[in-house]
Amino acid sequence: MAGSKQQLQNQTKVFSRRVAILGGLQTVLVGALVSRLYYLQVVEADKYRLLAEENRINLRLLPPSRGLILDRFGVPLAANFPNYRAILVAEQTKDLEQTLGDFARLVPLSERERTKVMRELKRNRAFTPIPVKEDLTWEQMSQVELNLPELPGISIEEDQKRYYPFGGLTAHILGYVQVASEKEVAEDPDPLLTLPSFRVGRNGLEKAFDKTLRGSAGRSEIEVNSVGRVIRELARVEGTPGADLVTTIDIGLQEFAQQRVSAEQSCAAVVMDIFTGELLTMASTPTFDPAVFYRGVTAAEWQALNADIYRPLTNKTIADGYAPGSTFKMMTALAALEAGINPNFSVFCPGHYIFGPMRLHCWKKEGHGHVGMLDSLKHSCDVYYYDIARRVGVDAIAAMARKFGLGQLTGIDLPGERPGVIPDQAWKLGTLGEKWYPGETLVAGIGQGFILTSPLQLCVMTARIANGGYAVTPHIFKRFGASAPPSTDPVAAAAQAGRSDVLGYPAIDVNPEHLAIIRRGMDLVSNDPRGTAYRRRIDIPGMEMAGKTGTSQVRRISMAERSTGVRKNEDKPWQHRDHALFVAYAPVHQPRYAIAVVVEHGGGGSTYAAPIARDILIECQRRDPSRRNPNAEGGRREMP
Amino acid sequence: MFVMTPMGRNNQKKMTLGDKLLGLNWSLVLLVSIVASIGFAMLYSAAHGHVDPWMSAQVKRFVLALVGMFVLAMIDLRVYMRFAYAFYLMAFVLLVYVEFFGEIGMGAQRWINLGFMQLQPSEMMKIALVLALARFFHGLDWETIGKPWVLIPPLALVLAPAGLVMKQPDLGTAGTLIICGGAMFFATGVRWWKFAIVLALGIVGAYYAWNSGLLHDYQKARVLTFLNPESDVRGAGYHIIQSKIALGSGGVWGKGFLQGTQSHLDFLPERQTDFIFTMFAEEWGLVGGVLLLSLYSLLVLYGIAIALRCRSQFGKLMVYGLSFNLFTYFFINTAMVMGLIPVVGVPLPLISYGGTAMMTVMAGFGLMMSAYLHRDTKISRHGQEET
Repeated sequence: MAGSKQQLQNQTKVFSRRVAILGGLQTVLVGALVSRLYYLQVVEADKYRLLAEENRINLRLLPPSRGLILDRFGVPLAANFPNYRAILVAEQTKDLEQTLGDFARLVPLSERERTKVMRELKRNRAFTPIPVKEDLTWEQMSQVELNLPELPGISIEEDQKRYYPFGGLTAHILGYVQVASEKEVAEDPDPLLTLPSFRVGRNGLEKAFDKTLRGSAGRSEIEVNSVGRVIRELARVEGTPGADLVTTIDIGLQEFAQQRVSAEQSCAAVVMDIFTGELLTMASTPTFDPAVFYRGVTAAEWQALNADIYRPLTNKTIADGYAPGSTFKMMTALAALEAGINPNFSVFCPGHYIFGPMRLHCWKKEGHGHVGMLDSLKHSCDVYYYDIARRVGVDAIAAMARKFGLGQLTGIDLPGERPGVIPDQAWKLGTLGEKWYPGETLVAGIGQGFILTSPLQLCVMTARIANGGYAVTPHIFKRFGASAPPSTDPVAAAAQAGRSDVLGYPAIDVNPEHLAIIRRGMDLVSNDPRGTAYRRRIDIPGMEMAGKTGTSQVRRISMAERSTGVRKNEDKPWQHRDHALFVAYAPVHQPRYAIAVVVEHGGGGSTYAAPIARDILIECQRRDPSRRNPNAEGGRREMP
Repeated sequence: MFVMTPMGRNNQKKMTLGDKLLGLNWSLVLLVSIVASIGFAMLYSAAHGHVDPWMSAQVKRFVLALVGMFVLAMIDLRVYMRFAYAFYLMAFVLLVYVEFFGEIGMGAQRWINLGFMQLQPSEMMKIALVLALARFFHGLDWETIGKPWVLIPPLALVLAPAGLVMKQPDLGTAGTLIICGGAMFFATGVRWWKFAIVLALGIVGAYYAWNSGLLHDYQKARVLTFLNPESDVRGAGYHIIQSKIALGSGGVWGKGFLQGTQSHLDFLPERQTDFIFTMFAEEWGLVGGVLLLSLYSLLVLYGIAIALRCRSQFGKLMVYGLSFNLFTYFFINTAMVMGLIPVVGVPLPLISYGGTAMMTVMAGFGLMMSAYLHRDTKISRHGQEET
């Protein structure tokens, strides 16, 4: 069939042509594939390379170790302790139940801990390490380590926990560390805060110097797969550990003072170097255990701490205000002297003072008779101060008190300080919107009424009187770094020489002779047989102190109470009793240390506060740091 | 490569088995083995440098498939023509069967569990359709093909299985069936304007369906996600984004064998199956990728050459259909992993882990070789040898 042959050729031709056309199309399509590959792998390669790295590399933060806090001789007050925790990786166990059971035989697990582990195991992938037990003891840790071959999946991890060797003895100074709150994490750009177990300083030095103590985070670059399993570490940059902080505290004295004040229900005492402003001790009782806050305080514990009428969480040396009572009389007397009243000026004390319709009592019902300025301090005669306060006016007294650091923040490097109150006419008008009554001046003259001062402020006042009128300010921070101080420490030299001016403290605008009269009066209080604190004097030669007692009324005994037999302070409920105060410096002829003691609702200042001040000052002078060479002890002492 | 064998064009004497073996195009066998070996290396890498679990199984499969290919190559081309419709019918019945009783898994393809292997009727249908269409168009002259109603039976041959597969829903395979069918229609000489009409109808229909109220919003959203998976970063888009990252980060020279970070750290999904090309291009870079594409193109070209060389219309069309099937296979897979077309779940033939695709492709090579051995056989309108 010729036609069919023709057809066949025709058909073949059509087929070949069509195949060629489709071949062209196929070539174009393969060309598209090649160009796409070129686009992805050459043109956009850098972008995808970056994305690939982001995919596989995770940055992990390495927490730096927190800086230590040391006392002035290098004794650690806040340290880091190894924390051993047992970790379980589910996929490495053969039999999960058995592993946990074997582990529990070595380290007891409570039912709660066990259910927590099971819950975490369900929530996480099998390769995620899950903490089984925190804070293993050394014995437990070594037991587990020893038996690791029989405990597949269990491992021991070590990190650091904050440890306060002196516990409650230093709790108010150091504060504590706690896991950061969500708000803190949001406000602080430091990436460390995002670590779940990272703790920030709360209260005390831990808070005030938190940033420096923290250090900076290290980084570990790790390769992860798509579900986050760690494949290997690619790079590691160690962080900078936090700087060690040396304080001015003498832990030996702190221990002594804290134990001494603990004899009272609620008491605060603070000792300061009068030339340098260094705080040697800062005791406040009752205190609390910072470890409780480290592990996380429970709601019940928190409530109990806050409901306690003795307020264990308050650092009473700075965060509380008390009427200074008679310890304020030095300020009234100084104001009078500066106002031109002669130190020999005398007032007759019949036991009370009539001022218009008011009849104000002296603490001694029988009266003191004729009283001059020195006697007025020695006997703490109230009538004398009613009289001179009336003469100089409240504004002059307030101005003098402020010069000596009362009624304002002292600038102590601790958080939570309260300024207190030194009232004058402008203050009353501004705060209460009322006019100042002259009678209130008389009350202010004996340190009662609106006046509120913190124990630290009273200590600063005493120091400024004792150092010859230099405006020293208190501080507790000495330096960063644990290295021994240079032999020519300007602070130590200033303290030795008894000169505040070389440290830059300005002289207060007050006549040094007037200050000397005040100091003489304080000397008589302690060392004259008729002084109010004579029975609590220091009779060790060379260590004698000069002081001033104070008893500040919290609430007057009402007529109703009188009728039910409440006559004396001791009869009143604790919260209504008088505060006992005592300020002093020592040694009397070559002053070096100032102290203020407040026994909250303690009663009479001479009976309750003065003995505490006496004991602490004796101990302080015995330990006199200026007589000790810290270098000779090799810098750091062993931890107790 | 395309040398004439000693058997002359008019040599109609019966070939012995030895003749056939000698006459096989061994260069094709070598080419296929090279591509398969690249696959072995990739499966070795996918298992982080281990023979198990994928490479060992794949080698066994390939050896088996190679034997099967030789067996198919030995069978006379006319046998295939004779049984073309029967085979098509069987595949179709199985497709209907799995529609009701089949198991679903991995890429929404339906399969029958035969115990020793999983049989995917949709894959069988790829070959069956080529055979059936080749048989149908065999002997139809230019004039006859020009008549529109003549095209109705082959259209049904294409659309019926394509519809069933689409319903599974396996869009990749359905698309492959339609594209291969279309290519065979075109190669056989169906007029241009008919394709133009079908295309125009398709576009108008799609436009109408989109803008009328026929589609619900969620259906439209599904279509849009299908067309642009990158809008869904966590879901469907995750695969393609990760694939592009792995590809792009490979650069010109690649990260080196066994060094592909994205694939080995599991960022790349399905690295041993659908996305194996990505892993290859991550480790071997642009150079490797282009080389592999060239190897596939060469295989396709091989098929085209055999088709052109075949004397019978059936042989021509069958080989061309199979070659185009291979082209569609690798094009859809590579275009998909490069983000050129939506992810439809088509494996890379000879390289992706899995038996089905390997079986289909190797069977196709077996048929091509048979056609090559019998390239000079003339076949009458009804499958009888012409003398």
